[in-house]
Amino acid sequence: MTRYLLRRAGFYALAAWVALTLNFLVPRLMPGDPASVMFARFQGELDPEAIDALRETFGLTDAPLWQQYFSYLAHVAQGDFGTSVVYFPAPVSEVIGSGLMWTVFLAGIAVVLAFVIGSTLGALSAWWRGGFLDSLAPPILSFIGAFPYFWLAMAAAWLFGFELGWFPVRHAYGLDIEPGFHLAFFGSVLKHAFLPALTMVVVALGGWLLSMRNVMLGTLGEDFVNYAQARGLSKRRILVHYAARNALLPNVAGFGMALGFVLSGALLTEIVFSYPGQGYLLIQAVRGQDYPLMQGIFLTITFAVLGANWLVDLLTALLDPRTR
Amino acid sequence: MIRGFLTNKKALAGLVVVCAIALTALIGPFLVQDPTAFLARPLLPPNWDHWLGTTGQGQDVLAQTVVGARLTLTVAVATGIAVVGLGALAGGAAGYLGGRWDDGLSLLINVFLVLPGLPLMVVIAAWLPPGPLTMFAVLSLTGWAWQARVIRAQVLSIAKRDFVAAARVTGESSLRIVAVEILPNLASLLVSSFIGATVYAIGAQVGLEFLGLGDVSAVTWGTNLYWASNDAALLTGSWWTFAPTGLGVALVGFGLTLVNFGIDEVTNPRLTAQRAVGKPGQPPGPTPVLRSSNG
Repeated sequence: MTRYLLRRAGFYALAAWVALTLNFLVPRLMPGDPASVMFARFQGELDPEAIDALRETFGLTDAPLWQQYFSYLAHVAQGDFGTSVVYFPAPVSEVIGSGLMWTVFLAGIAVVLAFVIGSTLGALSAWWRGGFLDSLAPPILSFIGAFPYFWLAMAAAWLFGFELGWFPVRHAYGLDIEPGFHLAFFGSVLKHAFLPALTMVVVALGGWLLSMRNVMLGTLGEDFVNYAQARGLSKRRILVHYAARNALLPNVAGFGMALGFVLSGALLTEIVFSYPGQGYLLIQAVRGQDYPLMQGIFLTITFAVLGANWLVDLLTALLDPRTR
Repeated sequence: MIRGFLTNKKALAGLVVVCAIALTALIGPFLVQDPTAFLARPLLPPNWDHWLGTTGQGQDVLAQTVVGARLTLTVAVATGIAVVGLGALAGGAAGYLGGRWDDGLSLLINVFLVLPGLPLMVVIAAWLPPGPLTMFAVLSLTGWAWQARVIRAQVLSIAKRDFVAAARVTGESSLRIVAVEILPNLASLLVSSFIGATVYAIGAQVGLEFLGLGDVSAVTWGTNLYWASNDAALLTGSWWTFAPTGLGVALVGFGLTLVNFGIDEVTNPRLTAQRAVGKPGQPPGPTPVLRSSNG
């Protein structure tokens, strides 16, 4: 098991290196001079020495390419992503840090809820195949899944926020509430997170349901399920302990793969709700042509996804003895 | 097989939806008002002169939705073709050549699968001049890995079969084996890959343009939503500025997905067999032998 986990860690390290290198190469492969594009926004705001320091950070100096590359890697390793244009003069790492918790909170809740609810519904619809749930849920959820994440967010914000006024449609908590460890704040946070989380769960549900249902149908035909039935075990026990438990494994493995996709959706959903996470920062960066911030967000999200994938591998190794 | 496809309810329904929208995108722009002209008061709700109301700039929403479909779908289809091409190249080479090639290419495919798509696209697109060509390039470069993985698996299983071995033994060239023996067996997979890639391209394109990374002066589904959001559609409650475009995206996506389900059912009899197994509410009993491909 240790070997398996180490091998996976090696793979994620490689993926992280690819992301870092892409981040370094993309501006240099583009037509025009990346330095002048990147620093055009700083003109007038920064004195020449500060610009030189920034060039150093991104390795955008006159040095040979490999020297630029190592200078860039060294800076990233120290958590130095440069200075943000939009939030000048705050360093990018600080700006990203301010929004990281909100994204982790919102996307984390949505991913886990969608996985648990979707897998349960999938298992049940395979159990009562051809039944009410099985004929209704898959087509409806696939149709909802076809909408863009952020469009559903807009629709939900309009219906439940604007028309009905049940939920707030902007920010992560009420502006009249002092953040801190008290009930009013937590209540406000939950109320603000409800609509964005709901849209993300609803979109992702269909995928989990379908994949769980299909695997479960195969598992239900396995010999050990027949054997369990022959032994006279209760249906409930066969469903939960014999079939669903085994059918869950491929879904857990797919969980890591889905994370990147879900996070992409979360970014767009945050934008619709002006939720102060990475997505909100990303659109500020795009609007302000804030390349350092954009690249910082890309790297942060990539590292987060890779880390989460490794945790999923750990979970798979614990659940599935065959990987050990 | 074509006949089986046309009698499949899902495939037929999907095909009708997709054809209807494709036709709208093709002919529609000649029948509606000028989508960029400022025709009336901004944010008028749907009325007789403007069936779907007007945008925050006083443009006709119906015209924008119909005209937007054209560019969005063109880019999506082009991306779908490119993605399948790249996927077939990488996945096919990995599956057919095997050995070191497979190890290296599989590693590359897996790395691109695990990198989060949207932030990567943003980082690349932000450096390029906005427009349909940029969109096409960015979507193709970041989207090929999933199809490559699926195609690799299929090529791997076909290349192991006896008829390929037989062709090899009779001394056929690699090129001929790939073109004549393997490719025809991939046809249905390539079609469904293309459909999947097109659905992906529509979603990703609309998302990127919503972020403002498209050409915001062009009329596409993504820029429609970008302007709806910029003109404070949510704060003024003008649902008609974003609802039609989103419905269009969802209908195309759902239609294409239905077609894909249909192809799956026609070419993979196991799926239809699974549905017929046993009484609901209990395990299927001892007779049927089912093995899931993932199990």
